Amino acid sequence: MDVDLLLSIAQIFAKVSVVSVGGISVMIPEVHRQVVELNEWMNNAQFASVFALSQVAPGPNILLMTLVGWRVAGWAGMAVATLATILPTTILSVLANRLENKLIHAKWYLVTKKSLPPLIVGLIFSSGMVTAKATGLDALGLLIVACVAAHFYFYKSNPLLSIMVSMVVGVVAGWAGIL
Amino acid sequence: MRNTTTTPPVGPFESRDVSLWNLFSGYVLVGLFGFGGISASMYFIAVEKRAWVTAEEYTTTLALGQVLPGPGLMNTCIIVADKFHGLKGVLLSLIGLLLCPILILLGLVTVYDHYAYLPEVQHATYAAAAASVGLIFGMGLKLGKAIIKRKSALLFMTCSFIAIGVFKWPLFETMLVLAAISIFVGYKEIE
Repeated sequence: MDVDLLLSIAQIFAKVSVVSVGGISVMIPEVHRQVVELNEWMNNAQFASVFALSQVAPGPNILLMTLVGWRVAGWAGMAVATLATILPTTILSVLANRLENKLIHAKWYLVTKKSLPPLIVGLIFSSGMVTAKATGLDALGLLIVACVAAHFYFYKSNPLLSIMVSMVVGVVAGWAGIL
Repeated sequence: MRNTTTTPPVGPFESRDVSLWNLFSGYVLVGLFGFGGISASMYFIAVEKRAWVTAEEYTTTLALGQVLPGPGLMNTCIIVADKFHGLKGVLLSLIGLLLCPILILLGLVTVYDHYAYLPEVQHATYAAAAASVGLIFGMGLKLGKAIIKRKSALLFMTCSFIAIGVFKWPLFETMLVLAAISIFVGYKEIE
């Protein structure tokens, strides 16, 4: 077992998680920067497949982190990546819950609640951009992105259904020689 | 079965009849039903199916969970579990939420690795990744529409996109600075 590797995974994931208000989708650019660009633990194609697989499986979005950990350092990597993402915010959540009545009337809480969403939206668009680049989208890929985004925006759609339909489109396009 | 009640719960959390098993098995279902994240399945189980909390309590908890850093919906799950069974409930809820999805995911990955050479599998994965990118943009558009009325919101949205998405600055340092400025401006706007 490579202890140094596990320690860097723990440090990277905990640090990402602690500043990512807005959930896992906000963490994608930094995880990509660390895992693909700085440490070169996987290439863009592998990152894109990890991203796609984590979206197809049921469960919390944190599975992306779990799977990155597994790909980089096996079972231990999986455990470390998952725990490093969850543990700091579990402690914060429990504390917040126990202080809730004091919290929700505090002015800084109200201000924070109002001030952070714009940053989160910017990060979500960043995630879209980073994953689009990592996937290396061609014209058909961009068309799928546009259709799914529009469908999600205008209708209350089931995400898995969009993914499934797109997968069928991908396979058929492959048979037809378009992909 | 008591579990399937849909009468809204009343009274303080400690007095509600939510056993450890009820909580744990509920979270197992939240994980298994959660496609594209657990926001819909958590609401379904916690409010509608198991009636642990009222819709109003859930909204407050959701807001608190999402102001905290980390996986927002999981924070909400942790907070709900803590209300009923403290740390023991938190631990069980995390295991319940993650265990089955992780096993399913690893099964899926093993099958994927085995057949990854097939062009059909490659094309399907490519399309799934493209669709997931589309979902991210769709979510960004939805959330963006809600906040865009404020000029400062548009400015901060653009700043965080350019810093992280275009320049790829380190998230930790960038967010500390941007969040501080954004909260400062928020204070000024309220005053």
